[in-house]
Amino acid sequence: MRIYVPADAAARALGADAVADAITAEAEARGLEVTLVRNGTRGMIWLEPLVEVETDAGRTAFGPVAASDVPGLFASNFGDDALALGPVEAIPYFARQTRLTFARCGLTDPLSLADYEAHGGLAGLRRALGMSQAEIVTEVTQSGLRGRGGAGFPTGIKWDTVRKAEADRKYIVCNADEGDSGTFADRMLMEGDPFCLIEGMAIAGLGTGAEKGFVYLRSEYPDAIRVMTAAVDIARRAGLLGTDVLGSGRAFDMEIRVGAGAYVCGEETSLLNSLEGKRGTVRAKPPLPALEGAFGRPTVVNNVISLATVPVIFEKGADYYRDFGLGRSRGTIPLQIAGNVRHGGLFETAFGLPLGEIVDDIGGGTRSGRPVKAVQVGGPLGAYFGPNQFDTPFGYEEFDGQGGLIGHAGLVVFDDTADLGAMARFAMEFCAVESCGKCTPCRIGAVRGVETIDRIRQGDAAAIPLLEDLCETMKDGSLCALGGFTPYPVLSALRLAPQDFTPAREAAE
Amino acid sequence: MSDASADLTEIDRIIDGHRTLEGPMLPILHAIQHAFGHIPEAAIARIAHALNLGRAEVHGVVSFYHDFRETPAGTHTLRICRAEACQAQGGAALEAAAQRRLATGWHGTGTCGVTLEPVYCLGLCACGPAVELDGQLHGRVDADRLETLLKEAGA
Repeated sequence: MRIYVPADAAARALGADAVADAITAEAEARGLEVTLVRNGTRGMIWLEPLVEVETDAGRTAFGPVAASDVPGLFASNFGDDALALGPVEAIPYFARQTRLTFARCGLTDPLSLADYEAHGGLAGLRRALGMSQAEIVTEVTQSGLRGRGGAGFPTGIKWDTVRKAEADRKYIVCNADEGDSGTFADRMLMEGDPFCLIEGMAIAGLGTGAEKGFVYLRSEYPDAIRVMTAAVDIARRAGLLGTDVLGSGRAFDMEIRVGAGAYVCGEETSLLNSLEGKRGTVRAKPPLPALEGAFGRPTVVNNVISLATVPVIFEKGADYYRDFGLGRSRGTIPLQIAGNVRHGGLFETAFGLPLGEIVDDIGGGTRSGRPVKAVQVGGPLGAYFGPNQFDTPFGYEEFDGQGGLIGHAGLVVFDDTADLGAMARFAMEFCAVESCGKCTPCRIGAVRGVETIDRIRQGDAAAIPLLEDLCETMKDGSLCALGGFTPYPVLSALRLAPQDFTPAREAAE
Repeated sequence: MSDASADLTEIDRIIDGHRTLEGPMLPILHAIQHAFGHIPEAAIARIAHALNLGRAEVHGVVSFYHDFRETPAGTHTLRICRAEACQAQGGAALEAAAQRRLATGWHGTGTCGVTLEPVYCLGLCACGPAVELDGQLHGRVDADRLETLLKEAGA
């Protein structure tokens, strides 16, 4: 019998290790031969720990399973148990998705290269090995892939700049500093399908002439660090990385580097300074990292999801990928539905779903059962959207047009008990804690922002124009998105819930 | 050999083990913190010398990053996620309960030697509020669950 119990950090945080131990113990007690696979998560976090059993009819799911449920599951021979969910891929939340980047996540054993290949892995890299640098970059450009970290810059154009730059060395840097609240796609991918990221980085290296890659991975993700480090080791021993990638005579190798708890290092120039061993302060652009990046050399800096989407583009072709999506947002996007929501998890789908459908239909509304007050889209620098904006289709330009951003595609749902005045204050406080200190609007503006919101909430309505003015200064005058986008949550909260900025709210509570 | 000179030997050994890396500073600091639980003052000058930097530059790096401690933490470390997704699920109440239970504020070491640190996102945003206790992650933690976890850890 083959049983799958995810080793994803979220599943483990909900007790998956104890479930795995209980399965091993119960199987032993019953004298059953069980092969236990610690897979990644399918992304249905509200069902974790989600146990899957291989049957003649495919994999059937049970969840959420506690260690104490395990004897019962064996007693029913993994049949008609109260926790039975049926075939895992028929669960509506899963069946409705278009899993391209996350096709293998949760399906395979993350550290089995054989399993990876058996499910389409390395087909993209093998194809790329037969192409010229220009052809590789053109394929990416034609796919319409844009930076999934949040900025949405066309990946192919970035690669082309690096390809054309003359230098003795070039680098591929993967930004795995996924610090935005409400996002966990990078973590899930690295823990559940690490070879996919390695393959994507190798293709990026072939396309641009870079022979060295770094994954800058945040220290808050110990499981991802462990899995990625092991996967790089396995890939090197299998000849997927090194001086002779898959016997092609071309070189590409990579290292995992661990961040040190600075949110701002998710900004690409700050990340590069950190990688070089400096304080993670933001660099002025130009020069672009594509021309003078890591160690002063031409560097591709791409998000985990951007790079991990490259293999499927090469496996299935640029046209196949580009045919999904809406407007200038091509392909699929892994939505991360989080916060106070009934069906929280990762949902990969083509761009274009209306926000309300994501929150109410897919997410199932709030976990508390109360009405939705607001959804913060795109992390701590993203705007709060109210139910009156629920018809906004999920796309880069569409959200920009509504005074927001999709960022790394995290959605945090709040019910009507949320105090958006407090959340606006928190946004400024967070900016003050995490500011790198290089530019004044961010370093000082964030501190003044906290004070000004406090004044407003104590009843000084005359301070509202001051806050708006401060936000304008931060928007226009900050060097990077931290100071520049902190006004998004602040001003959107003020627009959406002005009553949360008055002293009366306390009297009402 | 005195403790202090044994420490210096260990620090030099760690530095030497990372010198060939491109950008060795962060890997060195992580390794030293892993070995000592903090970055000892004495390490600053050794790193500066080895990497041909000023001591002020090394201090600047150590003090920039939240992860690096200049003094050791308590017997246990509890990190509570303060980010928005956890706040949407009752994070603020959990923060307050933890501060009361441990009789300390952020960055302090309270009852039973538990150091309380904020963390801005553990990537458990669909199963918050999330905490990390002595390196173990836990999701959907409320005040009662926190009490159980602390008791299990002996705190």
